[in-house]
Amino acid sequence: MSARDDILGAIRAGKPAMNAPAPAVPSYDDGYPQDREHLTALFAERLTTMGGIWQAPTDGQNLDDALQEALADKLGKPFKDAVIASNVSEVAGNRGINENDDPTTLHDVDIAVLRATFGVAETGSVAFTEKELTVNAVAYLAQHLVVLLDPAEIVTNLHRAYQRDDFAGARYTVFHTGPSATADIEGVLVRGAQGVRSLTIIPASGS
Amino acid sequence: MSTNQPDPAATIQSKTATREPQPRPAKAPDGKRVDHARSAKQFLNAPEHAKSHDTRVWAMRTKRDKQAHTIEEWEELRELASQIKTHTLTNLGSYLEEFEANAKANGIHVHWARDGAEHNRIVHDIFDNHGVKSVIKSKSMLMEECGFRHYMDSVGIEIIETDLGERIQQLDGEDPSHIVVPPVHKMRSDVARLFAEKLGSDPDNDDAHYLAGAQRDATRPLILDADAGMTGANFAVAETGGFVVCTNEGNADLSANVPNLHVASIGIEKLVPKVEDMGVFIRLLSRSALGSPITQYTSHFRAPKQGGEMHIVLVDNGRSKRLGMDKFWSSLKCIRCGACMNTCPVYRRSGGLSYGATYAGPLGLILNPSFDAHRYSNLPFASTLNGSCTNVCPVKINIHEQIFGWRQVLAEDGHLPWTKKTALSAAGKVLASPKGYRAAIKTTNSALKHLPRWALYNRMNAWGEGREMPTPPEHGTFHDWYKRNRLSGQTKTGSDSR
Amino acid sequence: MRIGLFVPCFIDAFYPNVGIATLELLERFDCDVDYPFDQTCCGQPMVNSGCHAEARATEALFVENFAKYDVIVAPSGSCVHQVRDNLTAVEQTPEVKHVRENTLELVEFLHDVLKVDAFPWANFPHRVGYHDSCNTLRNLGHGKPSELHGAYFSKPRALLEKVAGIELVTIDRPDECCGFGGTFSVTEPEVSAQMGRDKIADHGRNGAEYIVSADSSCLMHQSGCGARIGAPIRFKHIAEILNGATQ
Repeated sequence: MSARDDILGAIRAGKPAMNAPAPAVPSYDDGYPQDREHLTALFAERLTTMGGIWQAPTDGQNLDDALQEALADKLGKPFKDAVIASNVSEVAGNRGINENDDPTTLHDVDIAVLRATFGVAETGSVAFTEKELTVNAVAYLAQHLVVLLDPAEIVTNLHRAYQRDDFAGARYTVFHTGPSATADIEGVLVRGAQGVRSLTIIPASGS
Repeated sequence: MSTNQPDPAATIQSKTATREPQPRPAKAPDGKRVDHARSAKQFLNAPEHAKSHDTRVWAMRTKRDKQAHTIEEWEELRELASQIKTHTLTNLGSYLEEFEANAKANGIHVHWARDGAEHNRIVHDIFDNHGVKSVIKSKSMLMEECGFRHYMDSVGIEIIETDLGERIQQLDGEDPSHIVVPPVHKMRSDVARLFAEKLGSDPDNDDAHYLAGAQRDATRPLILDADAGMTGANFAVAETGGFVVCTNEGNADLSANVPNLHVASIGIEKLVPKVEDMGVFIRLLSRSALGSPITQYTSHFRAPKQGGEMHIVLVDNGRSKRLGMDKFWSSLKCIRCGACMNTCPVYRRSGGLSYGATYAGPLGLILNPSFDAHRYSNLPFASTLNGSCTNVCPVKINIHEQIFGWRQVLAEDGHLPWTKKTALSAAGKVLASPKGYRAAIKTTNSALKHLPRWALYNRMNAWGEGREMPTPPEHGTFHDWYKRNRLSGQTKTGSDSR
Repeated sequence: MRIGLFVPCFIDAFYPNVGIATLELLERFDCDVDYPFDQTCCGQPMVNSGCHAEARATEALFVENFAKYDVIVAPSGSCVHQVRDNLTAVEQTPEVKHVRENTLELVEFLHDVLKVDAFPWANFPHRVGYHDSCNTLRNLGHGKPSELHGAYFSKPRALLEKVAGIELVTIDRPDECCGFGGTFSVTEPEVSAQMGRDKIADHGRNGAEYIVSADSSCLMHQSGCGARIGAPIRFKHIAEILNGATQ
C-alpha cells in the first residue's frame, strides 16, 4: 500500500463518527466606519500600531518627495545614492523590476516601491499577489518597502479580505502588516529581523 | 551590507544584564521517563532566568487578553474555529483528497509520509534530484517532530534556520523551548555569548538590536546562496490546494521566494475547507499567540512561482492514530499558537526544555504521550489542572480535561511508577472504610502519612521542601467537635459509635 | 430541604474551624443540616492521579453516605468538582446521579440557592485579597476568569462585599493558580512552592493582610509556603468570615 492509501485508510477507519456541519461564518463588520475617510483613518491607525508608517503626501507634494521625506533618515546613506526599485508608474526609481530577474540580483535594493492590491483596516495590512510584486522576493530582500495603496481598496476586516477572489486566482497572495519584526531576544521588539526594516504606506488612488 | 542602528532607548552593555549561566536541564536518556520535576528544579535554580521567563511569557498572556477583550465576537470566533475544525477532522479524508487534487492541478508535487522518517527520506530524495547542498528554512514544529535537521546533518545537507529564534536554538544545539518564541528561556546575555562564539559578534554587547542585526548580516548571504527553501504551513486550504504560512520576520517568504525550489511540510491536520475560513483563524492566531492583531506576514502559497518548483509533503506521524482516540482526537484542532503555554503557570515556572519533548506546556502534555506513552508518562502530571489553557485555546480544545484523561489512560496502561500506584491503592482502601479512615487521621502525623494528597510514595519530604506542615488543630478533628457539640445526649450513629 | 454537610478529609483533620463555620453559617439561615458520620473522602486523590479503579470503593461510600439528602454542601471547591464532574468510577445509578447533581460548594449554595443578601453578624475590618481557586473559578463557575471575554462577575466577592469593614484588594494576576494542584504539590514540589511564593508576594505587594478563599487546600499550601519564608500574611476560609470571624 502507498503511504497515501495507508494514511487515508487510517483516517477513514478512525475518524470520529459524528455529523458536524461546517458553520456559517458572519462578516462581523457592522461596527466599522461606513465612509472611506474614517475607514482610511482606521487603517492608518492600525498600521501605525503594527510599526508601519502612514505617509500621506502633503498638498502639492509629489510621490518622489513623499518617499524621500519618509525614508531619507533611515537609509544610513545619502538618499541620492539609494537603489530604488519601482514597478509603479507614479515613482520612477533608478532600477526596474523585471519578471525574469533572478531574485538574488535584488539583494542591493535599498527601497522597493510597489502598489498593494488592497488593504485591511482591522489590522492595517496591505495585500499583494505575484502580479503586484513582479518578483516576489523583492518585498523581502529590499531594506525598505514603500507601498502605494488606493484608499478605495481598503476592506473592513479579514473576513471581508478573504471574501475577495484574489486567493483563488493568484499563485501567491501575501498580507504585509508593518515591517519585519522579532521579539525573540528577551522580548525586545526589533524591526528588520530578516525582511524589510521599514514599511511605508502612501495613499494614492490607482490610475 | 546592512546598517544596524541600535535603538537609543535600549540598554547597551548594560551593567544590570544578567551574567547568570543559562540553565540547561538534563535530558532523559533513551528509553527512560522524562523527569519534568527534576528538570524544572534545575531551571528554577537559575532564579534570574526563571524570573525573566515567567515575566516575559506572562506578558504574552496579558497582551493576548487585551487583544481578545477588544473583540466583541471573540468567544464566537473561538466557537466557529472549533466547529470548522470538528467539521474538517470528521471529513478529513475527503478534504485531503480535495486539497491534493487542487494542489496537483496548480502544478505542485504532492507527497505523503506516514512518519518522520519517511518525511525525511522524501525530502532528501527531492534535494538529491536537484543537487541541493544548502537549504534555508522557516520554523516548523512538524519538522522538529520529524528530527529533520538532525537527519539532514547526517547526510551532509546544510539547513539554515531563518527565524531568528530558531536560528539561536540551532546555533546553540538546543531544541526550541516555546513553539512561537523558541529561545524564550534565554536572556540576552546568553545570546550575546552564543553569537560571539558562533558569529563573531562583540561578546560585551548584549543589545537585542545589535544581536538581531549581527544575525541578519550573517544570514543574508546564506539566504542568497541557498539551493532550496523549506517552510511548514499553518493552514492548508482544500478548495484552493494552497497553504498559508504566518511569520513575523518575513523569513518564510524569503525561504519560499528566493530559491527556485520550495518544499513545504504540512501535517495532515492543518486542513480547512475554504478560503473564507481563514478569516476566523487568522483573526485568532496571532492575537492568541503574541497579542498582536496579525503576524507581520501572512503568506498564501497556491502554486509555484513562475519558473519555480514546489513540493508539499503531507505528514501523518501519529495523527491518524490520534484521530481514532475517543478522548483525544480534538487535540488535532491545535493551530500551534502557544497561548496555552503562555497562560500555564507550570510552563512559565519550569521552562520549555524541562518537558524534554518536541512540544512543551499544556499542549505537550496531551500530544507527547501519544508519540511515546512511557517516555512521556510523567508529563500529564506536570499540571495543576487549573484550566486556563482550555479557556485561552482559540479552537476550544478541552486541554485540561485531556490532561486529566491521559492520567487515567497512563494509570490503566501501567505507566505509573509502582510506588505511586501502590500508595494510591492503599489510600483508596483506607478512604473507603470509615473505621480505617478515623484511625488513620487520629493524629496529625498519622494523617499526614495516610492522606495521600500531600504524602506520596517515596518522596515523604516533598511537601516540606518548600512549605511548612499544617499545624494540628487544638481540639481535634471536626468529627470530634461535632460529636461533642451537636450529638451530646443524642443517639450516636455511625461506625465509631461504640 | 435536607442538607448533608460534607466536610472533606483534610478540613476534618486540619481545619475543623472551617467545618464548624460552615455548619454554624447554614444553621444561622435555618437550614436543616445533618453531618453523616461515616463520611471520609470524595475519591479525588486517587482520581486526580488517574487511579479511577482505586477510587471506586471510596466513591461508593460517599454516595452511600449522602444519597439520602436533598442537597449536599461542602466548603471545598475541588471536592465538589470531583463529585459533580468526575465521580465516574462507580456505576451511574440513580442515587449516584442524584448525589452528583445536587452537590454544591458553599459559596454557590449561599449565592445561588439561599440568595443571601446580608450577613448582619459579620465584620472583618481588614484588607483582603480573595483567592479564586481554579476549581471554583473555572470548573464551578464562581466568576468570570480573566482570560475569557465577557461581563465580570464574582460570586464570592459579591458575598464578601456584604461583610462590614472588609476592604477587597486587587492583585496583579487575579486568577493565577497558586500551585497546589492536589498531588501536583508533591510530585512537582519546587514548581508548586515557587507558584505559592509568587502568589503570596502578589497579595502582599498589593496590600492584602489576609488571603481568603473557598478552598482550604489552596490555603493550606499557601500558608505552608508563607510560613517557610516568614511572610506576615494570614489566611482564612470564606466560611469563617461570613460566619463572623473578626481576625
